[in-house]
Amino acid sequence: MKKLLSLVLALALCLGVMAIAHADDLIKVGIVNNPPSESGYRAANVADFEKVFSTENGYEAKTYYSIKNDEQLAAAQSFITDGVDYLLISAAETTGWDVVLTNAAEAGIGVFLFDRMIDVDEALYAAAVVSDMRQEGETAVAWLEGLGLEEYNIIHIQGAMGSDAQIGRSNPLTEKCEANDNWKLVVQQTATWDEAEAKKITESVINSGEKFNVIYAENDGMAKGAVAALDENNIAHGVGKDVVVMGFDCNKWALRELLAGNWNYDGQCSPFQAQVISDIIKSGEAPAQKIIISVEKGFDATTITEQDVLDYGLGEE
Amino acid sequence: MRKAGKASWKTGGIGQLMIPLIAVGLLILFNLIRDPSFFSIHTTPGNSGGIVLTGNLISIINGASELAVLAMGMTLVTAACGGQDISVGAAAAIAGSVFVRVLKTPDVITGGTMILAFASCCVVAMLFGAFNGTLVAVFRIQPMIATLILYTCGRSIAYWINGGATPTVSSPIINAIGSYIPGVPIPTPIFIVLAVGILLALVFRFTNLRLYTQSVGINQGAAKLNGINSTMIKLLSFIILGLCVATAGCIGVSRLSLINHETLLLDVEMDAILAVAIGGNSLGGGKFRISGSILGAYIIQMLTITLYAMKVPSTNVKAYKAIVIILLVVMGSPVVKKKIADFWKHLRGSHPASVGKEAA
Repeated sequence: MKKLLSLVLALALCLGVMAIAHADDLIKVGIVNNPPSESGYRAANVADFEKVFSTENGYEAKTYYSIKNDEQLAAAQSFITDGVDYLLISAAETTGWDVVLTNAAEAGIGVFLFDRMIDVDEALYAAAVVSDMRQEGETAVAWLEGLGLEEYNIIHIQGAMGSDAQIGRSNPLTEKCEANDNWKLVVQQTATWDEAEAKKITESVINSGEKFNVIYAENDGMAKGAVAALDENNIAHGVGKDVVVMGFDCNKWALRELLAGNWNYDGQCSPFQAQVISDIIKSGEAPAQKIIISVEKGFDATTITEQDVLDYGLGEE
Repeated sequence: MRKAGKASWKTGGIGQLMIPLIAVGLLILFNLIRDPSFFSIHTTPGNSGGIVLTGNLISIINGASELAVLAMGMTLVTAACGGQDISVGAAAAIAGSVFVRVLKTPDVITGGTMILAFASCCVVAMLFGAFNGTLVAVFRIQPMIATLILYTCGRSIAYWINGGATPTVSSPIINAIGSYIPGVPIPTPIFIVLAVGILLALVFRFTNLRLYTQSVGINQGAAKLNGINSTMIKLLSFIILGLCVATAGCIGVSRLSLINHETLLLDVEMDAILAVAIGGNSLGGGKFRISGSILGAYIIQMLTITLYAMKVPSTNVKAYKAIVIILLVVMGSPVVKKKIADFWKHLRGSHPASVGKEAA
């Protein structure tokens, strides 16, 4: 009984100390995001926000994860009631946010959108830090053009049709192939982000005996699937080999493939928006532009370094 | 007892395999007309020495391996419970994640780690199978509802096991399982399907499992009165399916040396159920024929590869697949089946008494 009492007292003391700490100048932020289990991208995104919006950096962060818009809306509303200073949102859906964001504006809460845009009036948020998927596709196609191959016979493996990433990464390549005679899509097929499907698609091209020298896969997993098919058929790929291999997302293991020269290119979709938002909050000034596009890198196997893998690689090895 | 079991196998016989065999024939014919060299097999120097066989035929048989293994287990569950397990894809993601988790624990992957990894993956998959089986057999929940639970949460559990999105493993042993054993010209997954098939055939040959499963599926009450523990038989069918799930998951992971909990064997449950149906098995339970389901799996794969080879636009693939499948299922429907059976009997001029329940 005595033990229990002392425990309760100790706990009360702790809470008291924490309450005093709260009274310090910690900036209260409420973060509404998608759950880290969604993808490797999201896991890195969540980790980035945890790292930047930490107590050491002067923040008191509350986070809520859901892939459901209505749950996200309820969480955002409760953050407003709790009296946070800033609200950071990566919305599950682009619609339905008007009321909540108006409430936030009335309460004097600064709203930041990250990763995904919301269909609302620009006046309702301070800034939006988002990715431009088309820019990723354009960067990749420009890199491919820079190789200066005589002929481009491309196996184009697409993501789930209609997703932002698929459209952004597909269109620049499709347009390029339509505009140039020496750029040819040997096959353009969706594997819906499925590695095994990507392998089957590549196999069917190999079995047909058609010539190809580029694999343009819209994520790392599908590039790996395609490469598995090349390996089984003993087709050389990578730097200075017969087939150029391109992937997206910059998983750590994929960047390692680049470092080893097995793949040629990996396009980034930056999940690191937290620092940009933190800088704006700390500066206390409104940014020059409301919509801030993350600059996406594209890694070339011939120039990538070990440090790049550590800095930009997502997930585990 | 055993004799009766064999007899019912035979009566399920040729009529049941008719539709899938015709389908295979038509698909082969279609492809040969379209491109005479479609089924040609090439020899390619393998990347691990020796010569390996490649070509569409190899791609089809190899690519259907996971589906074929799952279809075998699904047939048993269907026969015993009169319902299907829709959680096999999610369960395979869990099994594959366990496989990778165990493989990643030591620094160097040896044969021993491999066996340990496969064993633990089998145990986990059987446990989840037993979970589904208990809901179905003991609590009498409809199989589709019972397995909906694991279908919904399975891939999240798989994520949690490795705590990362797409962990990779690399080892020559995994390569040997997923593609070719050095010196052997045929992809290893084909041998695995063969092994599972032979194992099941031996089980049916030396035990009463087939007879008991069919009895429970046809009339549970009658089976019970005859002293068959129907709860145990149903549970067992789910546990055997669990083993199939573990095998399929390991093949899937080994092919790519990577586990992606979101995409590993995605939507395979629908294909597995389809394979059982195309194979002429009644989805309402009772008589079954494993070979039909395996054939069904190869048909689905052949269809996919054909569509890829024809370069059907991405957005249309599923629609074309659906058209062919509608045709197959209608051909296999009780009404059409009866017509075909009547025609067959008429041809043979004999009228064997039908044993057991016709396709309901």
